[in-house]
Amino acid sequence: MNNTPSLSYKAAFLLIIKRDLTIAFRHRDDILNPLLFFVIVVTLFPLGIGAESTTLSRIAPGIIWVAALLSTLLSLDRLFKSDHNDGSLEQMLLSPHPVFILVLGKIIAHWLLTGLPLILVAPLLAVLLHLNENSYGALMLTLLLGTPVLSLLGAIGVALTVGIKKGGVLLSLLILPLYIPVLIFATSAIDTAAMNLPYSGQLAIIAALLFGSLTLAPFAVSAALKVSTN
Amino acid sequence: MNPLSKSSSLINAINLTCIREERILFENLSLSICPGDIVQIEGANGSGKTSLLRILAGLSQPYEGNVYFQDKAISQTRELFYQNLLFLGHLPGVKDEMSAQENLEFNLALHGLDKKSAEATLNTVDLLGFEDALASQLSAGQHRRIALARLWQSQAPIWILDEPFTAIDKLGVAKLEQLFLQHANNGGCVILTTHQDLTFDHDRIKKITLAYQFY
Repeated sequence: MNNTPSLSYKAAFLLIIKRDLTIAFRHRDDILNPLLFFVIVVTLFPLGIGAESTTLSRIAPGIIWVAALLSTLLSLDRLFKSDHNDGSLEQMLLSPHPVFILVLGKIIAHWLLTGLPLILVAPLLAVLLHLNENSYGALMLTLLLGTPVLSLLGAIGVALTVGIKKGGVLLSLLILPLYIPVLIFATSAIDTAAMNLPYSGQLAIIAALLFGSLTLAPFAVSAALKVSTN
Repeated sequence: MNPLSKSSSLINAINLTCIREERILFENLSLSICPGDIVQIEGANGSGKTSLLRILAGLSQPYEGNVYFQDKAISQTRELFYQNLLFLGHLPGVKDEMSAQENLEFNLALHGLDKKSAEATLNTVDLLGFEDALASQLSAGQHRRIALARLWQSQAPIWILDEPFTAIDKLGVAKLEQLFLQHANNGGCVILTTHQDLTFDHDRIKKITLAYQFY
């Protein structure tokens, strides 16, 4: 028993990402559902309030960001639920690797599967909503910095509610208030860009939220998972 | 230092108390498990067998008391303890979307073991020919076998197994018992719960019987 197991943080991190991506690609509903939801919500707005370009371009940032928030919320459930139900979450908590690394891997994988596709289709939907042409850069940058925050903060809520049978409502109540700062600063950045003014201040705040949650959220998630599996 | 500390024991539990739903499952339970021990935890359904195993593995917190590994509380020495522990709960932890081999490779790599041996190990647990089949197409017993396959590769001396024989056929059970004996003879220990009678010599198994009292 002197054959010590090899433990590498990087290997563990990549192992989890690879596993989650493999599972998601074999279970494609999970990727398509939030993305379709996002596209459908955004395309319904012009139908509902008329195709007048001035109205649409004024509310476009809000619509895109609110739809992104809700579609992330929709996809959060699968982050830990299935692992909790089949016992693999338990095995992760019992692994000699730090839970921080494993949790961070899972959250990054979640962002790659939900945040990234949103960013890719967002410019197309922005055209549909007559978004001001000065705002495209701001839209992409806020989504790029903001969607990881949604995954990171959402993971805390999921970790806290994973042991509860019907935690869906509780999850939205816990998480939506935490999403509001991202929503406010992101839409404000896009509006400012439409007026041709500098929006680096809002971006800096979203970036601060991103790095704050990137370093702190995995700790909160690990602690919450330990409570949930107790 | 704790009073029961013996340099020879692998895992020590001191004065454990577990309370579930306002019912005391056990209190002041102390145990010390040494290399070579095969410990069977017995008791009726709901008597706290799984709770005890989860406390020993550090997954649940006892109401009172502590579990020690190498004279340190397990929460203080997490990384080292989990390198020396193999815990299999009553859920097999097998993903339906992955094949038998992918599941085993992930489980081995997660615990820092070499995943190259996965294919050979699947042969040992009679899953040869199923390595590329998705777990969703396999039976409950085969799921359990995927989870148990890690035992053959494990370097950890402490094995904590919750109902390892669930859904396993007679031949498989005999093979597992053989493995447990071999593991204990090599200086490891096995702590398990099962409702089946084990076929070891009686002096080989230590039994802990949990019985709950009503107040």
